[in-house]
Amino acid sequence: MSDANLVARCREGDDEAWRELVDRFARYVHAICVGAFRLPAHDAEDVFQDVFAKTWAELPRLRDDAAIRPWLGQLTRRTCIDRLRAARPHVDGETVEVADPVDALAEIELALDVRQCLAGIGDTCGEILDRFFARDESYRTIGDALELPAGTIASRISRCLEKLKAAMEDPPTPERPVDG
Amino acid sequence: MTRYEIEELAQLIALLPPAPAGWVEAAQELPRARAGLDALIARAEEDAELRARVLADLEAAFEDADIQPTPSLLDEARRRLRS
Repeated sequence: MSDANLVARCREGDDEAWRELVDRFARYVHAICVGAFRLPAHDAEDVFQDVFAKTWAELPRLRDDAAIRPWLGQLTRRTCIDRLRAARPHVDGETVEVADPVDALAEIELALDVRQCLAGIGDTCGEILDRFFARDESYRTIGDALELPAGTIASRISRCLEKLKAAMEDPPTPERPVDG
Repeated sequence: MTRYEIEELAQLIALLPPAPAGWVEAAQELPRARAGLDALIARAEEDAELRARVLADLEAAFEDADIQPTPSLLDEARRRLRS
């Protein structure tokens, strides 16, 4: 389902759509808080919940449903900066400057592109690569979870990375959808 | 066309580990929690004794109403009950 359709369904009060939206963007929001702004866990959790609470509240006023991703990214960035400012002592009432981690944020955007591409490459490739690289699972754990021989996982990872590379370098157009 | 190295792609996948399950569940429960909060506030506005009890121990009141507390929900409850 496209981001725009998902947002439209959330706005209609569809709880399942909201669960899917949180699921789709949870890693993205988490990575901005923890990976880019390096917030401590308790601050990151507050920002994470605050971002989704504001998103829920603002859904009826979103101008462009398809732009939920940049909107969420911007909201998370602003909320992290506010959090860091609030945590630092103010001098003579002046606003504390917080550096925007531009390079880290750009990498996270690219990582989300890769993640969206993973979903389209089929043959359990997305699942295998995610389990190995993002969840840090062993070959044995992956093999058990996906009912595959552990001895084949390394070669599958290698093949899946090649498949992902091809998909990233030649992304499908709307007229030529991905298989599987 | 942008070219990618295999190693770079592996690093990019690793950049987005899962968010903690508890955080995700709390965010997914938000619509239900908001409905529960609205109902709790409505009851407290009708009943001064309940309102005082809720304000005295907001987390216990959330638990009784089966609402998973988050900082923003607790803040909102305090704000609405004190206004």
